[in-house]
Amino acid sequence: MKEENYYQKLKGIIKPYLPEDVTIDDISPDSHFINELNINSANLVDIVLDVEDAFDITLENDDMDQMQTVNDAMAIIDKKRTSK
Amino acid sequence: MDVNKIIEKLPYTKPFLFVDSLSHVNSEGASGSFCFQKDLDFYQGHFKQNPVTPGVILTECCAQIGLVCLGIFLLSETPETNMNDLEMAFSSSQMEFYLPVYPGETVYVSSEKLYFRFNKLKCKVKMHNSAKELVCKGELAGMIKYSTYEE
Repeated sequence: MKEENYYQKLKGIIKPYLPEDVTIDDISPDSHFINELNINSANLVDIVLDVEDAFDITLENDDMDQMQTVNDAMAIIDKKRTSK
Repeated sequence: MDVNKIIEKLPYTKPFLFVDSLSHVNSEGASGSFCFQKDLDFYQGHFKQNPVTPGVILTECCAQIGLVCLGIFLLSETPETNMNDLEMAFSSSQMEFYLPVYPGETVYVSSEKLYFRFNKLKCKVKMHNSAKELVCKGELAGMIKYSTYEE
């Protein structure tokens, strides 16, 4: 269930940053933030900052580089949460 | 980093350089000034027979002094910076305007860093005129980094 919780919480974080032509229903675990969800790099930083607050974790530059898809984000969140 | 070095690093030149001098830059903010010379080209069209500095130009002036100069300073403080090719993109602006700026006026911009994370810099900015009256204020953000190409 933990994974589903992360996923729903993450979708809620992403939603306000989606451009007008992308809806929350377009998000899937494989969605690429920039190429598929049309989120720009500046908004991706805001998503990361919101993720840090929501999950009480701190991300590094390497994590940011690896965070290409929704699944990547969930994996990073899980790694950070379990190593806390 | 010395303020004159920061101005040298700016990727703008006339007619689109809106920084004359920087008075203060540290990791929390930047302040500087610019004089809108009477012969600037856009006064011929904005507006007909009634020259007023366009809001987009005031925003640009705030961005160059408050955001870009601060960004160059912050990048100079981070290790592994090659300092060659500056790459940047303006990503958001939310401004409110209070007073007009006429040809020949000098304006003073100051910024306050909200955050600088993952190459995104977001700042609060304010612009005052010579009478110390608030001209405009808002929040600006952009991405800024030195390119990391390999030779």
